[in-house]
Amino acid sequence: MKEFGYVRPADAAEAVATTYADANARYLGGGTNLVDLMKLGVETPSLLVDIAGLPLGQIEATDDAGLRIGALARNTDIAVDRLVRDGFPLLSEALLSGASGQLRNTATAGGNLLQRTRCGYFTDISKPCNKRQPGAGCAAKEGEHRNHAILGASTHCVATHPSDFAVALAALDARVEVESPAGTRTLALSDFYLPVGDTPQHEVALEHGELITAILVPAPPDAARSRYRKVRERASYAFAIGSVAAVVVVDDGTIRDVRIAIGAVASMPWRARLAEAALSDVAPSAASFAAAADLELAHARPLRDNTYKIPLVRDLIVATLCELTGVPT
Amino acid sequence: MADHAQRSTVELKVNGDDQVLDLDHRTTLLDALREHLDLTGSKKGCDHGQCGACTVLVDGRRANACLLLAVAQQGREITTIEGLSTGGELHPVQQAFIDHDGFQCGYCTPGQICSAVAMLDEAERGWPSAATADVAAADVRLDAAEIRERMSGNLCRCGAYVNIVTAVSAAAKGGA
Repeated sequence: MKEFGYVRPADAAEAVATTYADANARYLGGGTNLVDLMKLGVETPSLLVDIAGLPLGQIEATDDAGLRIGALARNTDIAVDRLVRDGFPLLSEALLSGASGQLRNTATAGGNLLQRTRCGYFTDISKPCNKRQPGAGCAAKEGEHRNHAILGASTHCVATHPSDFAVALAALDARVEVESPAGTRTLALSDFYLPVGDTPQHEVALEHGELITAILVPAPPDAARSRYRKVRERASYAFAIGSVAAVVVVDDGTIRDVRIAIGAVASMPWRARLAEAALSDVAPSAASFAAAADLELAHARPLRDNTYKIPLVRDLIVATLCELTGVPT
Repeated sequence: MADHAQRSTVELKVNGDDQVLDLDHRTTLLDALREHLDLTGSKKGCDHGQCGACTVLVDGRRANACLLLAVAQQGREITTIEGLSTGGELHPVQQAFIDHDGFQCGYCTPGQICSAVAMLDEAERGWPSAATADVAAADVRLDAAEIRERMSGNLCRCGAYVNIVTAVSAAAKGGA
C-alpha cells in the first residue's frame, strides 16, 4: 500500500473543501471497498479525508412519507431500521442479501452506491483494464466474464455494478443528495450512474470532491407490493449473478403501476423501462410478464460465457412478479 | 499538494485497557492488534474482508479488523478473543465451541466466536437477516438456517460448520 496522509475534518464543509483542493484525496467512510482497493494497488490516494465521524448517519421519515437515509448510515442500521422494515422492506431485503454481518456493520450507504466493480481484471493491476487505466484495453471481453454485463456495456468495458441496495433504490426512484462548495443539489439515481460509452473510468455524475450527504427515497405508491430477489452461486455471502427489485400495484385485476430494476447485468442498476411500459394497464399473468421481460432482454448483448443470464433474469422477473401479484408461474 | 504526515497517534481501548499507539496510517486494526499489542488471537486469513478470521468487536459490533485502518478507530473500544473471558471464566460461546467440538484446526475459531457473540446480540435485538421470511417481524427464531446465514461471513476451511452451528445454537439457548 502507498503511504498517505489522514485528516478528520470537523464538518462536511471542511471535508468538501479539503477534498476539492487535492485531486488525489479520497473520502474514507466505512472503507470496506476503498481500503481493500488500496491494498491491491488499484487506489493510491495521497490523502484520506475521514468523514465517518460527521453527523450524516440519520435515517428519518420525510414530510411526504418518504425516507431520508444519511450517507453515513451503516448498511446494518438501514436494514434493521423500523421505518425501513415496515415501509420500504425491499431495501432491507436488498441490504441483508449483500456481504456479511461484519461488512454491513461497517459499510455506509454512500459508499455502497460508490463501490467499484468486482471485475477480476479491474482489481488485478497486472492486467489491462480501461476502467482503471483508460486506453489499456479490456481483458474481460475474451477472458473470465461469466458474471459480466449483458446490457448497456460497450467495447471498452463489460463490468457490472455489484450493489444490491442500489438496485432496490432504483426501483423506488431514489435520489442522491450531494454537497459541493457551490451548495447542495440532488440528482435522480438514474442520472447518478453514467453510461459506459468510451469512458468507463467515469462511473458517476459527481465532480471530484462532491460529497454524498443523503439518499432520498420517495414513498412507494399506495397498496404497492415489493420484493428484492437475488440469485447467486452459493447460498450466502456472494455477489449476485442476477437480481430483481420490483414494485407493483394491481387494482381491479389490472397493473396500475410497476417498477422493475435488475442487478448484476450492467454497469449500473438497470431499470427495465421497456418491460414496465409493456405491463402498464394489462392483466397480470406469467405470460404477460415473460413477454415484457423478453422485450427488455431483446437488447441484451451477452458475452461468450454469460448467455445464461438472459433466461436467468427472465425467469427471475417472471417469478417475482407472479409472487407479488398472486398469479401462478 | 500539501505534504501530509504519514503517521498519527491513536488512542484505543482494547479489552478494557487504554492503549496509545504511534502508527503508520497504513496499519490496519488487525496489524495494530497483532504486531503492536501482541494480541495474536485475531487471525489474518485473506486480509481482504472475505474470510472473517480477523473478526473483532468494535464498540460491541462485529467487524473485519483487516479492512479497518487503525487510525480511523480513534477512541473506540475493541474487544478481541483475548478479551471475552472474565476472571478466568470462559465466555459461554467459547465454552459452547469446546463442548460441541466447533473447530478442527482452530484458525478461524477466534473470528467465529467473536462473530457469534455479536450475532447473538443482533438476534436478541430482533434484527432480521436474509433468512428471515418477513423483515418486519419483531422477533427472530434462531434456527439452523438463521445461524448459517448470520455466520456466513466466517469461513472454515476444515468444514467444521455442522458443529459450529450446534455450538452457536446451544449458546443461544443458554442465553449467552
